[in-house]
Amino acid sequence: MPLAKRIIPCLDVDAGRVVKGVKFVDIRDAGDPVEVAKRYDREGADEITFLDITASSDQRKTMADVVEKVASEVFIPLTVGGGIRSVADIRHLLNAGADKVGINTAAVRDPNFVREAAERVGSQCIVVSIDAKRVSPEGQPKRWEIFTHGGRNATGIDAIQWAQKMCEYGAGELLLTSMDRDGTKQGFDLDLTRSISDSVTVPVIASGGVGCLEDLSTGVIEGHADAVLAASIFHFGEYTIEQAKAHMLSQGIIMRA
Amino acid sequence: MQKIVVIDYGMSNLHSVCSALAQVAEGQAEVVISQDRAEIASADRVVFPGQGAAADCMHALNELKLADVVRKAASEKPFLGICMGMQVLLQQSEENDGTPCLGLYDGSVKSFRRHVNPEEKIKVPHMGWNTIQQKQEHPLWSGIPQDSYFYFVHSYFVQPVDEEYAIGRTDYGLEFASVIASDNVFAMQCHPEKSASNGLRLLANFIHWRGA
Repeated sequence: MPLAKRIIPCLDVDAGRVVKGVKFVDIRDAGDPVEVAKRYDREGADEITFLDITASSDQRKTMADVVEKVASEVFIPLTVGGGIRSVADIRHLLNAGADKVGINTAAVRDPNFVREAAERVGSQCIVVSIDAKRVSPEGQPKRWEIFTHGGRNATGIDAIQWAQKMCEYGAGELLLTSMDRDGTKQGFDLDLTRSISDSVTVPVIASGGVGCLEDLSTGVIEGHADAVLAASIFHFGEYTIEQAKAHMLSQGIIMRA
Repeated sequence: MQKIVVIDYGMSNLHSVCSALAQVAEGQAEVVISQDRAEIASADRVVFPGQGAAADCMHALNELKLADVVRKAASEKPFLGICMGMQVLLQQSEENDGTPCLGLYDGSVKSFRRHVNPEEKIKVPHMGWNTIQQKQEHPLWSGIPQDSYFYFVHSYFVQPVDEEYAIGRTDYGLEFASVIASDNVFAMQCHPEKSASNGLRLLANFIHWRGA
């Protein structure tokens, strides 16, 4: 039995609280990261990703407290992304109990930061987050470039070349988000996902655009993703992780039961 | 109360393994993080974790003068090796252009990239949930079904010369020894502290294991 594909719910955390309307009727405090994480663990989530969207830098330290509390009660892998700028930031989160950290803007600003981080804490802890947007006109061969700041700032960097470079610099995994699809519920950008996944030798997590369970399975089957990440379809109680896994299994995808 | 020492040689995040041990100990055992030789020698059982590169791990163990303490603990009391804490129990690793290791087991640590047929097109690291086939009975398997899922993250795998020690095997491009055990030692490539209920069960079994 080979390696299972993974389903990863993603939680946005602002100053220590889960935001963007997690709606569960069966937990007392839907803003408490520990309660939400425990709920996803019970449902069979393979990992949990926390995205720190705290705007003010003096409240950023609260993310380590969140990780520490969750890691004391939830025994599956935890990834934290958002605002990570230094090896000290990374160590702080790993020591609090995170297994992996996601690096995004800091990698675009200085690619050598990824190399330094991987050398210091090991590639297995370093996830490079790639926000890509299609730049080729309709009818032309497809091309994607890296964007930062939620898709607002273009960098002119080719997405596939960037993905390969980040692997060479020591990324242990890539979290790939299509900025064209993020928030649209139209499904992953499958061409983008497949193009990146087939051109690198590290695992790729597909993200951005999941609106239904079929989107998760096509991300793996057609997008060649090693893991799929989604937020709203799980938070709003549209589907449970169990339902998602049952669907994936019905499509012949190997899942941890 | 029994004392479990988790060996700290600066090479891994110990928060999760300690939290998981504390959770399953239910107040029946004291979990101590230490790099002190006397403290490790006085433990009732020892957990030897690790992550990162083989050369860095061996360097840290030698700098802290812990190599002989680790060997002694493995021969005297229940000993659980995790991830790099399993790999360095062999004679040598291919990592970092060849790294001499502790040599408790004859054999070596090999790279997936180098030894798996490229046509298999595997991603490295081997990251995620994979099954362990239990090849031999062992007290630490108690309550854990055959072919249960555990969480792995690694780029190298162990190959003991004596296959008898490989009491658990996992498939990733090739079949490798994901668990080796003999006498007081039980060592696994995966992370029980990140493997949900199966991992917690294994840690609970370890706490109650008398060893050889």
